[in-house]
Amino acid sequence: MYKVMKRGVFLWAIVLVFSGTMIAKEAQPNEDPQIEQRMKALTEQLRCLVCQNETLADSRADLAEDLRREIREQMKAGKSDQEIIAFLTARYGDFVLYNPPVKRITYLLWFGPFILLIAGTAVLYRYLKQRRELISDQPLSADERKRAAEILRNEIG
Amino acid sequence: MNRFLLLPLVLFIGLVAFLLVGLHRDPHEVPSPLINKPAPDFKLSQLKEPARTFSPQEMRGKVWILNFWGTWCVACREEHPLLLEFSKTGAVPIYGVDYKDDPAAAKQMLAEEGNPYAMTVSDPDGRTSIDYGVYGAPESYLIDRNGVIRFKQIGPITEEVWQKEILPRAKQLNQ
Repeated sequence: MYKVMKRGVFLWAIVLVFSGTMIAKEAQPNEDPQIEQRMKALTEQLRCLVCQNETLADSRADLAEDLRREIREQMKAGKSDQEIIAFLTARYGDFVLYNPPVKRITYLLWFGPFILLIAGTAVLYRYLKQRRELISDQPLSADERKRAAEILRNEIG
Repeated sequence: MNRFLLLPLVLFIGLVAFLLVGLHRDPHEVPSPLINKPAPDFKLSQLKEPARTFSPQEMRGKVWILNFWGTWCVACREEHPLLLEFSKTGAVPIYGVDYKDDPAAAKQMLAEEGNPYAMTVSDPDGRTSIDYGVYGAPESYLIDRNGVIRFKQIGPITEEVWQKEILPRAKQLNQ
């Protein structure tokens, strides 16, 4: 009986903890839900510069709150997501984007892994080919046969 | 000997070189896209006389520093005595933006600990700071005669930064 109660308390604690975070994540009631949804979708792709491993959507840093306010206002003013992203990258650079654009400075970032993959495959292919040639059966030449016979004879003799 | 056997060693040395360079870089120093671009314009109330405004336009023809700070910012308080020293040399005038701060607290701090700023303006809602791409005070911008940003220091201006980065640039820009 005691054990069951203990488990009940534990489960209840879990429920309480999670309901708390759920309440915290709800949109502010006086904001337009459509804009809030759009803002959430956009800010989840953006990096908070203060705590760099958090998205702008999740961060509770002061700057993140100000930027969300800025984004909310620009959305209300009818700006497109592209325009808002341009606004942010003009100020903070491409670093705010979790999905960096393909340009000269990011070529290595985007194509580097594929180049490595191709180079690695080429090296592997050459290596295996050489190895196969080394171990493939080739008939002995007359000279080699003579030497082999000699060795055998000496061993036995 | 197969020359391909050396390949892992070469790759390893390359990787070590990359990591070594990476070790000495601060991931919090994000290069600003505003370098060599015109300093964003603003019109903000002066800290001491809120009825009067200040705009970077007024600084045309001068080389100057715009420093974003706040009394709530610990690193700014560390930087403060150094700024005082730098301002006394008169080499480059320093203008302050009091970033998301209580004006009374800011005035009190300047009165008690000295005022390195030729002028301070208030940015209560942080909009101007967003325009400058400020993400962690203190941040300082060296602006040339044409109103173009030439250098940005993220974090406190140290003695070394002042001597090696700011003074030589200011000298060159003033020529």
